[in-house]
Amino acid sequence: MSAAAAVRVTPAAVLRSEWIKLRSLRSTRWSLLAATVSMAGLGALVAAVQMNRWTHLEAHDRLTYNSLDPAVGGWHLAMLAVGVLGVMIISGEYTTGMIRSSFMAVPRRTPVLFAKLGVYAAVTFGLMLVASVVSFLAVQAIVSQRGLQHGLGDPGALRVVVGTALFLTVLGAFSLALGAIVRNTAGGIALFVGLLFVLPGITAILPATTGDAIDPYLPLSAGSAVATVVFESPHHLSPWGGFAVFCGYTVLAIIVAAVLLVRRDA
Amino acid sequence: MIEVHSLTKRYGAKLAVDDLSFVVQPGTITGFLGPNGAGKSTTMRLILGLDAPTSGTALVHGKAYRDLRAPLHDVGAMLEARAIHAGRSAYDHLAAMAATHGIGRRRVEEVIDLVGLRDVARKRVGTFSLGMGQRLGIAAALLGDPQTLVLDEPSNGLDPEGILWIRTLLKNFAADGRTVFLSSHLMSEIALTAEQLVVVGRGRLIADASVAEVVARASENAAVRVVTPDADVLAVILTREGATVIRDGDGAVEVHGLPSPRIGELAAREQIVLHELTPGQATLEDAFMALTGTAVEYHAAESAVVA
Repeated sequence: MSAAAAVRVTPAAVLRSEWIKLRSLRSTRWSLLAATVSMAGLGALVAAVQMNRWTHLEAHDRLTYNSLDPAVGGWHLAMLAVGVLGVMIISGEYTTGMIRSSFMAVPRRTPVLFAKLGVYAAVTFGLMLVASVVSFLAVQAIVSQRGLQHGLGDPGALRVVVGTALFLTVLGAFSLALGAIVRNTAGGIALFVGLLFVLPGITAILPATTGDAIDPYLPLSAGSAVATVVFESPHHLSPWGGFAVFCGYTVLAIIVAAVLLVRRDA
Repeated sequence: MIEVHSLTKRYGAKLAVDDLSFVVQPGTITGFLGPNGAGKSTTMRLILGLDAPTSGTALVHGKAYRDLRAPLHDVGAMLEARAIHAGRSAYDHLAAMAATHGIGRRRVEEVIDLVGLRDVARKRVGTFSLGMGQRLGIAAALLGDPQTLVLDEPSNGLDPEGILWIRTLLKNFAADGRTVFLSSHLMSEIALTAEQLVVVGRGRLIADASVAEVVARASENAAVRVVTPDADVLAVILTREGATVIRDGDGAVEVHGLPSPRIGELAAREQIVLHELTPGQATLEDAFMALTGTAVEYHAAESAVVA
């Protein structure tokens, strides 16, 4: 028997291990495919429908039409796949018991969490940036029939294209941290959906002034600001300001996850 | 080597492990025996750093598991509960484990061949039988060519050929000067495999000795069979000496509470002819029942009342 003996477990080695884990599950591959197709295709679909119905649109909508938001509009759908997969990357280890193998190999535990975050963030950013660029180019080609196209050099264009990829990447990290906190798939997804989609509904029933003050700081409003050019509500944070707030929530969730990871029995 | 000092683990109101201390020595196979719910799996999880002890320590090679820098080279472990993602292939599972320690592809292939999973290595673990799952668990434990093996019920689900295979594997491993700590609730299996025993019941240490010692101790209390034409006289004499004598018919009596040499001496003094004098020989099963009789967590009678 011989084994190439490593003197110690290094962060790079744990990253390699997590990369093998990520690519060796069918569910991961399908979720990433779904996220990429959604991100790349949904904007073009919406733009095509809009161009088709152009004469039926309200005059106001035609005058204010901005092709940058539909160019990256795929995030509305891609975020579901990215969020659910983020939860599952770690909750799947708890439900199958794999987490015990992971912690026996890396008994300090936090490197496992950080490696998962690192690998997932790198994969999500790469795929979502490509999908976002593809979507941008496709949408501009479609809206050029009405002369509404933008170039990447136009104000805000490059920012939303890169910003969308960044937003989805951080969203993936956020949901992964939620999965690590809750440690089960159904609960993790419920928490993710609750924080992103249910919270805005709750602020909507608050008195308008209170709701308007809180709403920009909710995770989804804050995070998606960087992927938005024309805001529906006048109450919103600046693109990068909102993104920074969303990153803050994510860092907080990761810290809670890391502390619990070390403290709790596996 | 594994050293457990005053190890205690409390889950809420339940004391799963209660002030447990023992040492598992290298070069021998140590069986970890106890009824279901005695705290065996919890003790193993504490040794492997998966659960934190309420108090006390568990050291592997002189260190807490969490402080081992390359744990897979120190300890190979297989837990009773599955610790493998069902959606991954055996090969990918082992490759992911190996990557954390920079263990190469060749070693992964090697352990796959060693446990006989070559034909199914690329199939999803979810499709595996219990026995194949056990073999994969053993492959993962052997991956880092460790100095110590910690195995929770390793022969669960293995066929007789598989049980023989793992017994040989563990014996060779111990003969190599390494440490083997192996839990089981099957006495027969432990009797054939282990030399040393750690017995627990209700989270407490009941015995820490060699298999031979445990059996010898139990045999002292085992009944002695005596066949004599003067059974009535002998019964009176032995009873006077404090023994309990049960008449068996055909002149045979069963003597409890006196060792066979003493019975022989007494018979000789009274000039009683003995046709047969058979010392009691306890099996490990008997020894185990005697040791854990009062410490069994779930008595059959109790569950019968509930049902």
